[in-house]
Amino acid sequence: MSVKQISVFLENKPGMMSNMTEVLAKNRIDMRALSLAETSEFGIVRIIVDDVYAATTVLKDEGYVHNVTDVLGVAIPDEPGGLNHVVQILSAASINVEYMYAFLGGKDAEHAYMILKVENLEAAMSALAAKNMQSLTQDEIANL
Amino acid sequence: MKMEHYYQPEIECASREQIKAWQDERLVAQVRHLWEHVPYYRKKMEEKGVTLDDVQSSADLQKLPFMTKTDLRDAYPYGLLAKPLSECVRIHSTSGTTGKRVVAFYTQHDIDLWEDCCARAIVAAGGSKEDVCQVSYGYGLFTGGAGLNGGAHKVGCLTVPISSGNTERQIMFLKDLNATILCCTPSYAAFLGETMKEMGMAPDQIPLKAGIFGAEAWSEEMRHDIEATLGIKAYDIYGLTELSGPGVAFECSAQCGMHINEDHFIAEIIDPDTGEVLPEGEKGELVFTSITKEAFPMVRYRTRDICVLSREKCSCGRTHVKMHKPMGRSDDMLIIRGVNVFPSQIETVLLNHGYSANYQIIVDRVKATDTLDIHVEMTPEIFTDNLGEISRRQKELADGMRSMLGLSAKVTLVAPKSIVRSEGKAVRVIDRRKI
Repeated sequence: MSVKQISVFLENKPGMMSNMTEVLAKNRIDMRALSLAETSEFGIVRIIVDDVYAATTVLKDEGYVHNVTDVLGVAIPDEPGGLNHVVQILSAASINVEYMYAFLGGKDAEHAYMILKVENLEAAMSALAAKNMQSLTQDEIANL
Repeated sequence: MKMEHYYQPEIECASREQIKAWQDERLVAQVRHLWEHVPYYRKKMEEKGVTLDDVQSSADLQKLPFMTKTDLRDAYPYGLLAKPLSECVRIHSTSGTTGKRVVAFYTQHDIDLWEDCCARAIVAAGGSKEDVCQVSYGYGLFTGGAGLNGGAHKVGCLTVPISSGNTERQIMFLKDLNATILCCTPSYAAFLGETMKEMGMAPDQIPLKAGIFGAEAWSEEMRHDIEATLGIKAYDIYGLTELSGPGVAFECSAQCGMHINEDHFIAEIIDPDTGEVLPEGEKGELVFTSITKEAFPMVRYRTRDICVLSREKCSCGRTHVKMHKPMGRSDDMLIIRGVNVFPSQIETVLLNHGYSANYQIIVDRVKATDTLDIHVEMTPEIFTDNLGEISRRQKELADGMRSMLGLSAKVTLVAPKSIVRSEGKAVRVIDRRKI
């Protein structure tokens, strides 16, 4: 059970991000989360969307270089110590986190959501499951 | 084993003695023709102290003065015309990327011989009357479309005069009309292959078997790339408007150097600085003399192309001398921080590292120091979600450039399709230095 993240290559110059968000907006793609990693010349925009197929199709049509990566999505109680609990579980299982970002739930005011890129996705999900923490599915993300 | 076919076997496989005899006789006649009809060139000969009596055979070629692009410019438009306009039937003109346009004139006889040269190239690439030849060079003033179109007719191919542009229609015709031979610039061939891939078409979905690509410099790596994406054999063709157009030289099945049509052109290699003729096999500037042209003859025309000639026996059976792929034009050569750089070297490194051949070289001068910035398009093949990995590959590429060029270059990854593709020649170099 993992979440599909779309990573898009963008040049680091004015207008590049707005061109992409406009493409998504025009095609009624709803973003759940967004994170940007950048160097001085280019960046990678990572997005979680409601409809992965529709989003990748329009991005391809518009000539964006992109790929889809499986990442871990976790719902955590929106309270102090919520994130720490998850990270401790992964740390105990010796799972390395490459990067992570957070977003707040839409209709759900109780939870915050974390997206984590880990080296070994299966091992991370098992470690969480062993502690009764379910990782999110793409459907669950879409319906948030 | 594949049988080699020739368009004019008695000429293409003639003995060296026969070729020399043609050259001796035709050179003398060509120089006489110029002496009598082109005062501009006669004056150049007189200034050098050369008369008609000094030219008895092809061995006397070295005595004659060179012609350069400057002569073409100075004599524009009619100063080098050797036939009355009433006997000329057509003009062609260069794209004018370097200075003023060159206008070349043709009699019907000139066109006939030129089309024969193109027909030789098509047959050497495996063409026959059974083939469908799609000519995607531009038609019009540019010689590419007209030359290959004429050659394809002579061979008897079903010719598709589609010209350049409208990539989707190009692919539709390749597929629906079962084109087997494609003629265009190598950068456009690469672009067609790229587009086909994007459309989800595999090379085996079109019956194309060969391509004849010229009018711009391309590397061996680019050849492999085009051959793989289009599923064909890619043959090089060489020519310039000043001499007629494509077909001055062409590649055979050996795909190792282009046979110069020596019954129409004599080639020399000179030292570009001193003008001295260099010994066989040395690298230098290619110089051509036309020996059969009526309307617009050229004697010792300096092409600015840097290359090597080879007289080794060719496996295809043709006896005409071969020129290796030009390493670049002395015009294209950039001098960056005192180092000679050819765009083709940069292209080689890019392709070796898995990048696309869509690149642009930007040279600038910052605080009296030259900078070299290479923009290359990101492709789905090299993109990954891992920033560190992309940076690592970028560094590898910069290291590759340093070892090939002998100077450091900055490599910038840019968005796909952001480098403008012209449907004729690609704009590879932007030199912003104000010297």
